[in-house]
Amino acid sequence: MAQSREKRKLKQHIIEEWTGKVFTSLCIVLLVVTIFSLVYFVATKGFSSFIKNGISLGEIFGGTKWKPEGEPPLFGALPFIIGSFSTSILAAIIAAPLSICAALFMVEIMPKIGRKYLQPAIELLAGIPSVVYGFVGLSVIVPFYRDIFPGQGLGIAAGASVLSIMILPTMTSIATDALAALPPGLKEGSYALGATRWQTLARTVIPTTLPALMTGVVLGMARAFGEALAVQMVIGNAPHIPKSLFESASTLTSAITLSMGNTVMGSVQNNVLWTLALILMLMTFVFVFIVRFLERRANR
Amino acid sequence: MKKSLMLVMALILTFTLAACGQGNKTNNSATGNNAGTNSSANGGNDKASELSGSILAVGSSALQPLVDQASKSFMDKNPKVSIQVQGGGSGTGLTQVSGGQADIGNSDVFAEEKLEAGPAGELVDHQVAVVAMAAVVNPDVNIDNLTKDQLVQIFTGKITNWKDAGGPDQAIQIVNRPSSSGTRATFEKYALGTKTEDLAGAIQEDSSGTVKKLVGETPGAIGYLALSYLDDSVKTLKYEGVDATEENVANGTYPVWAYEHMYTKGEPNEVVKAFLDYMASEEVQNGDVVELGYIPASKMQVKRDVDGNITK
Repeated sequence: MAQSREKRKLKQHIIEEWTGKVFTSLCIVLLVVTIFSLVYFVATKGFSSFIKNGISLGEIFGGTKWKPEGEPPLFGALPFIIGSFSTSILAAIIAAPLSICAALFMVEIMPKIGRKYLQPAIELLAGIPSVVYGFVGLSVIVPFYRDIFPGQGLGIAAGASVLSIMILPTMTSIATDALAALPPGLKEGSYALGATRWQTLARTVIPTTLPALMTGVVLGMARAFGEALAVQMVIGNAPHIPKSLFESASTLTSAITLSMGNTVMGSVQNNVLWTLALILMLMTFVFVFIVRFLERRANR
Repeated sequence: MKKSLMLVMALILTFTLAACGQGNKTNNSATGNNAGTNSSANGGNDKASELSGSILAVGSSALQPLVDQASKSFMDKNPKVSIQVQGGGSGTGLTQVSGGQADIGNSDVFAEEKLEAGPAGELVDHQVAVVAMAAVVNPDVNIDNLTKDQLVQIFTGKITNWKDAGGPDQAIQIVNRPSSSGTRATFEKYALGTKTEDLAGAIQEDSSGTVKKLVGETPGAIGYLALSYLDDSVKTLKYEGVDATEENVANGTYPVWAYEHMYTKGEPNEVVKAFLDYMASEEVQNGDVVELGYIPASKMQVKRDVDGNITK
């Protein structure tokens, strides 16, 4: 009697084990298939402008003139690539000190107030839709820059300002986690040697957590690199390399969103947009590789 | 764990490169698929004997509000019909109707201007409304007329200050549309008569609302908008001395306008035809069309073909 009950229990466990296994495997297979087909789709579409339309790699990456509807059509994507890099790097430069200082404040200086009020406030930023950021940028930041600096206010500076606020939550939460994970012994040792709080933070805490802090910065940059809507609204979208930060410029994402709906599938004009999307995707892979690399260094 | 993740990333990259070699093959199979869905969609539509069925209309965001509003009153009258109206742009509309994924493709431009001659020849044009465009400037620019020649010189960058066009001493800021946009194509074709290049420093925006906001706020700005978007925040210019009004468009004296097209692939089936007839009926033409700021196609005293030839 007791034996059979035990057997039934064992059977039940085996069934549970198997359903769990099957369900997880199914989820993973679905995920992997989705990722692979996505990459495959963008890649085939993106390469068709080279293969079918015979556009050279040099023209896309080296050309500075973007005239897809011109005679002859020119597809120089360099202005977009430069635009994307300069906006996201500038956004990271603005946001990194802010987010690292905010994280230091929340973890080291005033954990109670910081954790209770500052962290939810910053996390709230992550929940605001990007069109709202774009509209606020267009209504507040652009007129502000227009009044102060020469130019029309739209441009890389306005784009980077909007992006820096958008990527602040990502950077701050990663920096906070990194700082909180620091073993307390390290800080205590520093204090025990007579170091002030500033000395401890600057010489011990930041150098040890630097790779993790950088991970946050790179992830934030990746987010900025891929953001389309908010940037498109404030950057001006002229397909030229701008001479100043306050002159109308373009990014890869803004070029894609501006023209994707207006072009016909399978045409050269549409295929080059997919090539831009492919460049964007490959850049994201590079960002992920950098993050992995930094994480490995952080764990060492 | 870390190693396996790196492995996955590396695999994805290799896959990307491998996909390069197979690009042609997939394209072929993709077109094969399109043909398949197309024929099955036609077969499904043929079965609709009484007025029931579904219609998918995709395309131009400029035409979307009109089709959307008309479709609602049409569905009220024919409860068995369901109509879905989606945006996405003229190019998307033409692609999808030509590929058979949509029943109606909404477009700001003639299909011949976007598609190749073969697929464009299969599409049947239904012109439901007319949209006119006017050049607009910032209210502080004290001019109210520009000639075609002046507009060309402004949009090609030969005039960069308003004083050369009879205005104040102020730099001109162009607020343009992307080069693929139907609105820009119309403006270039009928107002400028020439294609223009994207100038350095010019602003490009896709949405009419943003264009209006930027022209209204930026000193010295010039752009162009559909008549339905005009209000006091921007100053509407005459073109060659002609006011941009509905009467002037209808009698052919104001040339900067374009048809709003609803394309079907081949002759439409019963349900789609009923909806297109409804769009052309007096009820919609004098109701929704006027209400939303379009000009009724039925009021036009002139006709224009794809090459721009005008007939009375």
